[in-house]
Amino acid sequence: MAKITKADVEYVAGLAQLTLDEATKEKLVGEMGDILAYMDKLNELNTDGIEPTMHVLEMSNVFREDEVQPSLDREAALANAPKTDGEYFLVPKILDTGDE
Amino acid sequence: MSNDWYKKTAHEIRDAVRAKKVTALEVTESHLARIEDVDGKVKAFTDVWADAARNQAKAVDARIKNGEDVGVLAGVPIGLKDVFCTKRGTTTCCSKILKGYRSPFDGTAVERLQNAGAVFLGKLNMDEFAMGSSTENSSVQITRNPWNLDCVPGGSSGGSAAAIAADECAITLGSDTGGSIRQPAACVGCVGIKPTYGRISRYGLVAFASSLDQIGPFTKDVEDTAIALNVMCGRDPKDSTSADLAVPDFTKSLKADVSGLRIGLPKEYYTDALNAEMREKIMDAVKVLERQGAKVVEVSLPHTDYAIAVYYIICTAEASANLARFDGVRYGYRAPGVGSTQELYTRTKTDGYGPEVRRRIMLGTYVLSSGYYDAYYLKAQKVRSLIRKDFTDAFEKCDVVLTPTSPTAAFKIGEKSANPLEMYLSDIYTISVNLAGIPGLSMPCGLVASGLPAGIQIMAKPFDEETILRVAYTYEQKRGFEMGTPTAVK
Repeated sequence: MAKITKADVEYVAGLAQLTLDEATKEKLVGEMGDILAYMDKLNELNTDGIEPTMHVLEMSNVFREDEVQPSLDREAALANAPKTDGEYFLVPKILDTGDE
Repeated sequence: MSNDWYKKTAHEIRDAVRAKKVTALEVTESHLARIEDVDGKVKAFTDVWADAARNQAKAVDARIKNGEDVGVLAGVPIGLKDVFCTKRGTTTCCSKILKGYRSPFDGTAVERLQNAGAVFLGKLNMDEFAMGSSTENSSVQITRNPWNLDCVPGGSSGGSAAAIAADECAITLGSDTGGSIRQPAACVGCVGIKPTYGRISRYGLVAFASSLDQIGPFTKDVEDTAIALNVMCGRDPKDSTSADLAVPDFTKSLKADVSGLRIGLPKEYYTDALNAEMREKIMDAVKVLERQGAKVVEVSLPHTDYAIAVYYIICTAEASANLARFDGVRYGYRAPGVGSTQELYTRTKTDGYGPEVRRRIMLGTYVLSSGYYDAYYLKAQKVRSLIRKDFTDAFEKCDVVLTPTSPTAAFKIGEKSANPLEMYLSDIYTISVNLAGIPGLSMPCGLVASGLPAGIQIMAKPFDEETILRVAYTYEQKRGFEMGTPTAVK
């Protein structure tokens, strides 16, 4: 049985905010299927009662004093933006307010 | 005046610059001329900062003239993988989605190198967002192996590795998530270390998989590795995962003495999957260390066979989250002519990423998605615990674990690019080190019959880079051969 279907690929592409053409979808069905089938070898192991490792550090929370520190000024923060009005990042309208 | 400064190690350059036997500018000119000579073939650099490097070198010379302390990397020419944020030039991760991006700040490792007197020569090629094992996934160019121009230099830090082997830089900086420093170091025959997770601040390193990423240097010899670690290691308030531990003087570990030291050979690494010639080279290196008084013990890392599956679940999951930030709003590429914000995101991401990055985002999104999280991501994190424990148990029996860095020497360009899973399997010997968070170093141990370098990997307990350096230094001093200049750039 196929590990992953074209509908799965389309669903995941939607979550990942990608728009894939038909050829890419077909290719990913095969490639992701092979890779996920390979990953199934983990099911050979019984991991009941094993704590997951999220990171390897022997530390938990790292706190510091809540003090104001220098940060990027607006001009530097906006310098790489594709579109700004000098104060904000600009994107196409999200809500149609009807007053274009 | 000698014009072959490009051949020298960082410590040789530093000592000569400080002793006023040569100026930093002369050294920089020597490297720039070398880049001009060979980089057309090797294609390690994506951007050469010739004028800025000359100015930086002149500033070092001026400080020496004034009798100021210029640091332990005075006048040393250094190249940076394009994954490091630098105010100078662009920082693109060799991705179309970051083309033209100019970082407003320098990362901590870069800043510390600069404060130690380094001269930056420019940015180096890499697999897009450090995803790959061959540097073929760069959106800019394909880097060639200086030993054979038809072969890959390994990856993802292939440009950083090739630039050292081809004598274009004295030190380069790379990043290692699953072997991206050690595997290319092995492929081109130089020294590369991935320090313990937390040793070096990752502030200013563009994130790929945050629980695995670590910065490290590529060098021509082990002494230079110790010097570079001395400069870069240590707590940084800008990276809360940087370890709050005292940093030893790593140059004190440069002793040719391994008497009584226990070398562990994990039986799971020395199987039929290991190329016979490669095995012979590793065993020759083991014999060199045995002659110096080291004892060999067999150890077991029973979950080795599961490491690749664990790694490609965790790294793709973390990558899919980290790469969500590239959306065409605040920086980087924005798809033209879009009508809505949703279309802006999807078109920007779809056009901006190359095929391997898209594939990993898809896999990572899948393993994190509702209904699959427990089966893949949580399961992988549990097996990660078992892999860590394997190492904890092994280090009860030995001081270092010694393995090949890669199952084969460098492969041909195009040989594995059609099959992603096969490419992933070439990381078999390096990824466990990242999963366990321990340090690992790769160094050359000779040439195989095809004339390509073989690499040996030395691993130790967390924060025990000192023992790794001692073993590496001993082997380097006693192995009885020099790697010499790679054939294709002689």
